Amino acid sequence: MAYFVPTRVEEVAPAEVAEVELYHPKSWVTKYVFSQDAKVIAIQYAFTAIAIGLVALVLSWLMRLQLGFPDTFSFIGPESYLQFVTMHGMIMVIYLLTALFLGGFGNYLIPLMVGARDMVFPYVNMLSYWVYLLAVLVLVASFLVPGGPTGAGWTLYPPQAILSGTPGGQGAGIILMLVSLALFIVGFTMGGLNYVVTVLQARTRGMTLMRMPLTVWGIFVATILALLAFPALFVGAVMMTLDRILGTSFFMPVIVELGEQLEYGGGSPVLFQHLFWFFGHPEVYIVALPGFGIVSDLIATHARRNIFGYRMMVWAIVIIGGLSFVVWAHHMYVSGMNPYFGFFFATTTLIIAVPTAIKVYNWVLTLWRGNIHLTVPMLFAIAFIITFVNGGLTGLFLGNAVVDVPLSDTMFVVAHFHMVMGVAPILVIFGAIYHWYPKMTGRMLNNVLGQLHFWVTFLGAYAIYLPMHYLGLLGVPRRYYEIGETEFIPQSAETLNAFITVVALIVGFAQLVFLFNLVWSAFKGKLAGSNPWGATTLEWQTPETPPGHGNWGPTLPVVYRWAYDYSVPGAGQDFLPQNLPPDEVPGEGGQKGLSDVAAQPAE
Amino acid sequence: MVVALLLLVVVIGTVVFHFWSPWWWTPIASNWGYVDDTILITFWITGSVFVAVGLFMAYCVFRYRHQKGRQAAYEPENKKLEWWLTIGTTVGVAGMLTPGLFVWHQFVTVPDEATAIEAVGQQWQWTFRLPGKDGVLGTSDPRSISFENPFGLDPDDPNGQDDVLIEGDEVHLQLDKPVKVLLRSIDVLHDFYVPQFRAKMDMVPGMITYFWLTPTRTGTFEILCFELCGVGHYGMRGKVVVDEESDFQAWLQEQPTFAELYAQARGGTRDDVDLVLNEGESDVVEQGSVKAD
Repeated sequence: MAYFVPTRVEEVAPAEVAEVELYHPKSWVTKYVFSQDAKVIAIQYAFTAIAIGLVALVLSWLMRLQLGFPDTFSFIGPESYLQFVTMHGMIMVIYLLTALFLGGFGNYLIPLMVGARDMVFPYVNMLSYWVYLLAVLVLVASFLVPGGPTGAGWTLYPPQAILSGTPGGQGAGIILMLVSLALFIVGFTMGGLNYVVTVLQARTRGMTLMRMPLTVWGIFVATILALLAFPALFVGAVMMTLDRILGTSFFMPVIVELGEQLEYGGGSPVLFQHLFWFFGHPEVYIVALPGFGIVSDLIATHARRNIFGYRMMVWAIVIIGGLSFVVWAHHMYVSGMNPYFGFFFATTTLIIAVPTAIKVYNWVLTLWRGNIHLTVPMLFAIAFIITFVNGGLTGLFLGNAVVDVPLSDTMFVVAHFHMVMGVAPILVIFGAIYHWYPKMTGRMLNNVLGQLHFWVTFLGAYAIYLPMHYLGLLGVPRRYYEIGETEFIPQSAETLNAFITVVALIVGFAQLVFLFNLVWSAFKGKLAGSNPWGATTLEWQTPETPPGHGNWGPTLPVVYRWAYDYSVPGAGQDFLPQNLPPDEVPGEGGQKGLSDVAAQPAE
Repeated sequence: MVVALLLLVVVIGTVVFHFWSPWWWTPIASNWGYVDDTILITFWITGSVFVAVGLFMAYCVFRYRHQKGRQAAYEPENKKLEWWLTIGTTVGVAGMLTPGLFVWHQFVTVPDEATAIEAVGQQWQWTFRLPGKDGVLGTSDPRSISFENPFGLDPDDPNGQDDVLIEGDEVHLQLDKPVKVLLRSIDVLHDFYVPQFRAKMDMVPGMITYFWLTPTRTGTFEILCFELCGVGHYGMRGKVVVDEESDFQAWLQEQPTFAELYAQARGGTRDDVDLVLNEGESDVVEQGSVKAD
């Protein structure tokens, strides 16, 4: 009897369970304002985050004007300076980076990349944005109250944060900050539940966890971190608010303030630090992990090569996420906590360097033997690698307890966290916007403006923060309104400060090129088609560009392969979309149905 | 091509900047040279990694740039290579952690022969206290702080009577003698740091923290506050003078004690030390101890 080998893959139904009816908006207001569509919510988050981020950028210019040219700008006094420092830091870390990566990129990309129609709790998702907006407005309100916003440093350490020696301490400034943070956390819990549950429950047929693009893995693990870490900040904020308003003493020991005994006693300032950093360290990974995931996809797509070591990349994200909860007190080596904690936290901190290094190697190994198109997204990805390696390596200085002793609270710390959190992730954000803008708008961003924006931003930011490390080595402290007269700081340090300020202003203004590009290209940009980069991931395979409501048309996609089938030997094109059925894979010379490339690596 | 070259410039430029930059740590004046050594080891290891990764990336960007006909390799993973890279990284990390923890152990282990000195921080000034001839600092309580008793010492504690109080912002230390610096704050967090000493610790109200050092050269060094403490943070400066033994003793003799200052503040003169000593319930009387000046 003849042995029949079928050459056609059987038709697979998209889902075993019938789809839940998606909410359909009826009016302009419910379509574009109170929208439950994750793509609209994403853009709302992005606009708000970038707007408040620009405010923080201007604050940084004011800080740099004072540091670069002390005794020149009489409208910047010691109080204002601390307020600029504080608001700049808090806005950038929380209201820009966290909001943009999770609320912006998470909302836009997760449903599309996993093949879902929307997030699983669309109404709560919508609410999450409006709560975030409210949090931003409360924060902005603190600029307008008597005494102005808090100047306690973004770390808000008590007791000074709620006392009269600190701007906003005895006014509404600190209260509005704490209320704003609490609101933010509520909003991000709502959003976070969406991102996590959507990834776990709403992946389309064939999209196993190990076929998800690393962008999704990065945002997914970051969201889990957020759900577990933010409560520590929440309770710290509540307890500090009670100390301030009701006179409780959670964090307040006996205090004699400028000769006067206050009515506090028995509290522990170090307790706040533990709570803050138990949140604060995972927070930096909440910012970093989405960046890691996104940059992996940028490199793979633009180098036309599978990400090297996908499985290890996933494990590295998970391990980094887990370890991020046991390193927090490396921010507290000189806090006066039990000295023996230093041994534990230095060890865990240096251990976390290992999975992080593996990710770096794998990014570079993806470039190796690739087919590298030096597009603007690729340029930003390459710049990310250099700046992240630089910033990550300086972290090894600070993580090694005894090395941290002379360096803590110096400009070395400021340089480190700006390089690793301010420069590197922002470069990823830019790269990601240049990469996904065509999907969101159907048009390409202008390439010449993009190249200009890239080079000024990358080289400028590097020139700002590299020398700053050396100011810290010298012993120049952070959060100082001015260095003033010292014996040990040379005059050349002041020249360096002026140089850094000038470069910072140039880089700041260069961002106007980017903003102009965003607006101009929306109307005049080159038409992009549905997949201008030839990417494999699902978001590029939607029937409409930009994707319509419900993303996929009448039928959900079915996934047959992992996210990195670039340059597969024997295939007729250098990328295979995840939802391309095996019998439709073009062979070399154009024959369809080359079934040996349908065999996929690793699940 | 241009991109690869510029990457090369960034990597090499960073190394050149490091070696040519005039901004480096200020010369050390304490025994904590091991900290500097650990920093140097860290620079060598991290610097090598930075250069290796950067150069390799510049090479890849050049060698594998898109050209007509180029096809990328398809290699999902390479377990052997990944394994070796993990091991190499772990070795590098251990190479930094080992000296680091060794020196940290020294940092947290105060030698038995260290004498004590207390630095008190408050918004926005420094004051100091030495234990006096009995070698023991008296107990303190911020609730006792008053105009007559700015240090908040317990007047009934005999150990505190001979404590030397320095109400100005300049303190002296003795050359080559290990000293445990006890740190106290009466209001908010501060941090006592002399960059030439390489050792610091926060001052936490409600706690006594400490660090130790041995000054290894004479000179006058600046104290700066290294934990944000409000608007006056940047102006909270002091001085540490490291003296040879004879100069140190000479300086010490000139400083008042708690007993003297307390008596003076309560309306007597500094000679009325007996008034104070006899008031308390203590039955320990210092024998001709303090030279009232």
